[in-house]
This record gives sequence, structure tokens and C-alpha cells, in this order.
Amino acid sequence: MSFANALRAATSLALVFGATAQAETITIATVNNGDMIRMQGLTEDFTTKTGHTVEWVTLEENVLRQRVTTDITTKGGQFDIMTIGMYETPIWGKNGWLVPLDDLSAEYDVDDLLPAMRNGLSYDGTLFAAPFYGESSMIMYRTDLMEKAGLEMPEAPTWQFIRQAAAAMTDRANDINGICLRGKAGWGEGGAFITVTANSFGARWFDEEWNAQFDQPEWKEALEFFVGMMSESGPAGYATNGFNENLSLFQQGKCGMWIDATVAASFVTNPNDSSVADKVGFALAPNSEGVEKRSNWLWAWALAIPAGTQKTDAAKQFIEWATSKDYIELVAAKEGWANVPPGARTSLYENPNYMEVPFAKMTLDSILSADPNNPTVKPVPYVGIQFAAIPEFAGIATEVSQEFSAVYAGQQSVDEALAKAQALTNDAMEAAGYR
Amino acid sequence: MARSTTTRRKIITTAAAWAVGLLIFFPIYWTILTSFKTEAQAINDPPLFFFFDWTLENYAVVQERSDYMRFLWNSVIISGLSTLLGVMIAVPAAWSMAFVPSRRTKDILLWMLSTKMLPAVGVLYPISLLFVKFGLLDTRTGLVVVLMLINLPIIVWMLYTYFKEIPGEILEAARMDGATLREEIVYILTPMAIPGIASTMLLNFILAWNEAFWTLNLTAAKAAPLTAFIASYSSPEGLFFAKLSAASTMAIAPILILGWFSQKQLVRGLTFGAVK
Repeated sequence: MSFANALRAATSLALVFGATAQAETITIATVNNGDMIRMQGLTEDFTTKTGHTVEWVTLEENVLRQRVTTDITTKGGQFDIMTIGMYETPIWGKNGWLVPLDDLSAEYDVDDLLPAMRNGLSYDGTLFAAPFYGESSMIMYRTDLMEKAGLEMPEAPTWQFIRQAAAAMTDRANDINGICLRGKAGWGEGGAFITVTANSFGARWFDEEWNAQFDQPEWKEALEFFVGMMSESGPAGYATNGFNENLSLFQQGKCGMWIDATVAASFVTNPNDSSVADKVGFALAPNSEGVEKRSNWLWAWALAIPAGTQKTDAAKQFIEWATSKDYIELVAAKEGWANVPPGARTSLYENPNYMEVPFAKMTLDSILSADPNNPTVKPVPYVGIQFAAIPEFAGIATEVSQEFSAVYAGQQSVDEALAKAQALTNDAMEAAGYR
Repeated sequence: MARSTTTRRKIITTAAAWAVGLLIFFPIYWTILTSFKTEAQAINDPPLFFFFDWTLENYAVVQERSDYMRFLWNSVIISGLSTLLGVMIAVPAAWSMAFVPSRRTKDILLWMLSTKMLPAVGVLYPISLLFVKFGLLDTRTGLVVVLMLINLPIIVWMLYTYFKEIPGEILEAARMDGATLREEIVYILTPMAIPGIASTMLLNFILAWNEAFWTLNLTAAKAAPLTAFIASYSSPEGLFFAKLSAASTMAIAPILILGWFSQKQLVRGLTFGAVK
């Protein structure tokens, strides 16, 4: 090689590395929750390590969904990283809207991601989003009220036990409801809850030919059970209660039991906000007697890179930083082990410090028992537990959950709601070309 | 007898006005009050109306987490310029419809208003694509144009109503004295319609300030106004009502102060036609 050629090669290499090392400003769209806000506060560590700076766009979950969907479908290019969930990831990955995360560094240790999370955030075996935190659902109950009722919570109870315990714990005179559950319309609110409840009664959304299954006895049994139990032991107006409303009731000591996202455990055991912080026990989400599937869901908030970004390298560096083992250590050092993002990495649950957190084991057990590929007893053509990962699901499930909420509010019967759900789902699936 | 009837009527009317006023103000009062509570106090049942340990913690957290001044500045620029641009276009339009009407004027007015009846989300994708095409996403320029267009029918309608109250003979006299069209509008019509124009501008400034669909969907980090600032504190998974209330109070404070100081002008302008 002549000197001139060597010089040219050296210059080219310098330019390439120079460009790679160039400090960028990346824009990240995210949701407003404790873990994400904590990450924003720690971003300086990322900037110190890489030189890249971060601009945050924090939005409410539903606004964020609409905003990032519009951006990605119109190729707006406003965001370099998007916070998306398990519902969107496989759909967007399939459409080629996301950058595959198949070349993460060896130090990142992608095999350490919990298999349920990794599978749920992949399409066709390729990871498209890295889990920032994961969650399932479980029972949170008042140990004092359970004892007062003369009952003992099994680690893996049935719905029949839960109904009996709820009735025993209900004390209307003292404004204590035996059980608080989501009834609010919306596919991610009451829709998610009734779907997992139905799974645990052996029901499914679709058969293998994409025919709606609301005319099957399992759905009727599940819905009638839910309505019956909530009428006996639920709070007044539960048809409009979602996560926040139930959290508020539980923290004020007005619920004997609450079945909801595992992330709620850190809220109800926080003595600053919860009046019952030292009286909370945990158990696996229930199933109906004789049905193998439990009613726990699986969800992850994950970081993904939209295909249109010009800052893929910097975005990948951020994702590696935010979902790494080192980040977990960083949060633990600054804010304590109870505040680290849960449910994403196997190594976290091998850490004795973290396993001392009261809800750590139950969270892991709940996540491990959730299988998005086999959400219910019978075979299904879709992936997802509290949703079916198809683009049409959000719209259909929102309408179906509105019909169910009307039942909870006493505006129509179970049979009427199921008949409407069956018709509207089949119509929508036919229009979308599935049937 | 007549005097006692009048007094009683006055008392009833005053009481009814206060009741309606308090009812309308209550959500704002509650938001402000909640912003001084802890998160636990914010969800307390029974609700805490006044006697609780007041705290400024939420304001401190919001200040620390968000660049309030950047959002505020964006709101001021977007609302102010879109209102100004709207009035500059609407004044000649309303003048022509009020003083030189054609057979189609009423139809045009109705058609303009009908554009307000279309749900915004119906044109989200076309507008987004246009913004992508012209590089207007997350720019104040883009939002100024969109908010001006959204509020233009209201501005034209309001100005048209005010202009109709002004006798055409005055303008005719100006024309006879040799005033050009521009002079007629700038020196005769506009000064006479100042209360109407001022209240129209105020109302549209408030509408633009509070607009939350386009400002959320067409911005990201740079041009986001106070509506995006509030949205960043809303969460369906976690109780952050006190912080959300603090953010909301900070977002509405400038417009509340503006409304307070200009209330006389606003009321005068809004009742301009009615009291004539």
C-alpha cells in the first residue's frame, strides 16, 4: 500500500469513527409512570458515558399511543426512541416499522432477558423492543381482614375461594368492599381484566378460524361470575373503576382484595401513600376450579427504535444503557432495590438483595406462569394474553368492553352484551378480511 | 310593593348568578386546592376542602422535572401569532360580508362554520402528512397556521356580527370624503369596532391557549406548548393527581390573570350587539 493510499484509508477510518462518536441529541417519547420518570432523572449518567443528550416527550399512555402511531405511519420522524408495549411491538415489527435489535453488544447479555418478555417483544424470532420493565397481575389482599374473616389465602387460589373470601371480608357499614376490580370501558382497562378472567374460565376471543367465541358457554360463565361477585362484594359504581380508582380505594383501606398489575405492589406497600402499607399480602391471580390457566396477564413497557430515525446508533446506545444490568444497579444505589424496574431480567431475580423485597417472588412467579402463545385452554390463532396482537384488536375490544361495562352498570343483561359482542366482533373481523 | 318585588327579583338574580358562577369556578378551585395537597391528601375520602397541611412540594417537583418557561413561551407565541394572523385575515373578510354582501354571503358564512363541525381526528392524517411534507412537524410556525385556520371561522363570525352593528352610512361618508378601501377599514371601521375586535382576539387567544388536540399531535420536544406540559403529568397507572393539579394550575395561571384584568373589555365586547 502506498503512503497516499494508507493516508486515504486512515482519513476514511477517522471520518467513520469520528461520525460514530459524534454527540447526538435523541428524542424519546415515553409514558408518565414512576419508573420512566426515574429514568429521566438518571439520564445524566448516559450523557456522561456517551456524550449524547436526550430530549424527553412524556405523554399520557393513550395520547402516547396515538401520537407515536401517527408518527410512525406518516414517517414523521419526530422520535428516535418510542416507548411501546407488548401489543404494538409484534405488529409494528411485522410491518417493518421498527429497527431490529439483533446486534446488541455481548455485555448487554440479551439472553438474560426473561424469556416471556423476550418472546412477547419479538416477531418471527427477532427482538424489536427491549423491555424496560415487565409486569403481570396478581392478588393483593389485606392480611388483617383475611384473618378477621377466619380465612387463609392460598398461594394459588381459585375464583370460587376469592368470591367466598370477598363476601366474608365485605363490611358495608364500615365502607369495606371485599374485592375491587376494573370495570372501566377500554381495551387496556376493564377489557384487559375481563379477558384474563375469561381465559381462566376456559374462554377465548377467537377460534382457529378467527370466529368470535362470545356465544360459547365459557364466556357466559365468566361474565356472570364476575358480575355476581362484584354485585355481592364490589364497590358501588365499579363500572367506571380502572387502575387508579381501585388503587385509591385500596390505599384508603376500602378493599379487602385487589387483583391488578404487579407494579401496584410498590404503591400499596409505600407507607407515604398507603394507609394499609404494612397489611398487604400477595398471591397468584386466581383460576376457575378445574381450569389450568390462571387469570394473570403479561405486559412490558419497552424501548423501540422507529425505522425512520437517522440516529440509530445513539438510540441503540441509549436502549442498551436503560435496559442494562448496570442501570438496575444504578437505580438500586440511588433509590433502593424496591424501586428498580422489575420484570425484565432473570439476573434481577437471582439477586438476594432484590429477593428481600416483599413482592419480588410473587411478581416473578406471575410473570413466569404467563404464556402469550397459549393464553387459554383451547388453541387460539393469536399471540397475547389480555389482548390479541392484531391491529384490529384495540378497536374491537374497546367496543366489546363498552358493552360489558353497560352490564356492570345495570344497563343491559349478560346475554344482551355477549350477543352484541359476538356480532360486532364477527362484523369487524369479516370487514378486515380474517373470516 | 313594586319596589319590594324589584328588590326580591334582584336578590334572586344575584343569588342565581353567584350560584352559576361558583358552579363553573368549582373545578378550577378544586384543581388549585389539590395542587397544595400531598398525593395521599388528594385522594382522601371524605375530600379535604380547606383544613389540611398545605404543601408546595408538587410545584417544586414540577419545576424540577419540566422546563415550564419553554412550554409557556411556546404557548404565548402560538396563541398570540395565530390570533393576530387570524384577525388580519378576518377583518377584510368580515368587512366584505357585512358591507358588500352578495347573494351567497349567508351560505359562505354557514359553510365556514360547518368546518368546525368536523371532528379534528377526521383530518389528523391528511394534516400530519402535509406537515411531514413541508417540514412543519414540531414547529411553532406549523401550529400558528393550523390554530389560525381552526379559529378563523369563529373570528370571521364574531367580527361579522360586530360590523353589522356599525351603520354603513358612516363608511359611505368616508368614501365620499375620498377615503380609500384600506383607509376606510383601518381608520374608520377598525377604531369603531375596537371593543368587538379586542374581545374577539381575547376569546381566540384563550381558545388557542387551550387547544389540546393539534398541539399534542403535531409537536414533540421543541414546539410543545402548555397543553403538552399538562399531558405529561397525566397517568392511568399511578396516582399523581396533586402533581397534575400543580401542572394544570401553572398552565392556566397566565390565562386566568389575563382574563381577570381584561374582563370588563371581554364582557363589553361580547355584549356589544345585545346592548345596542
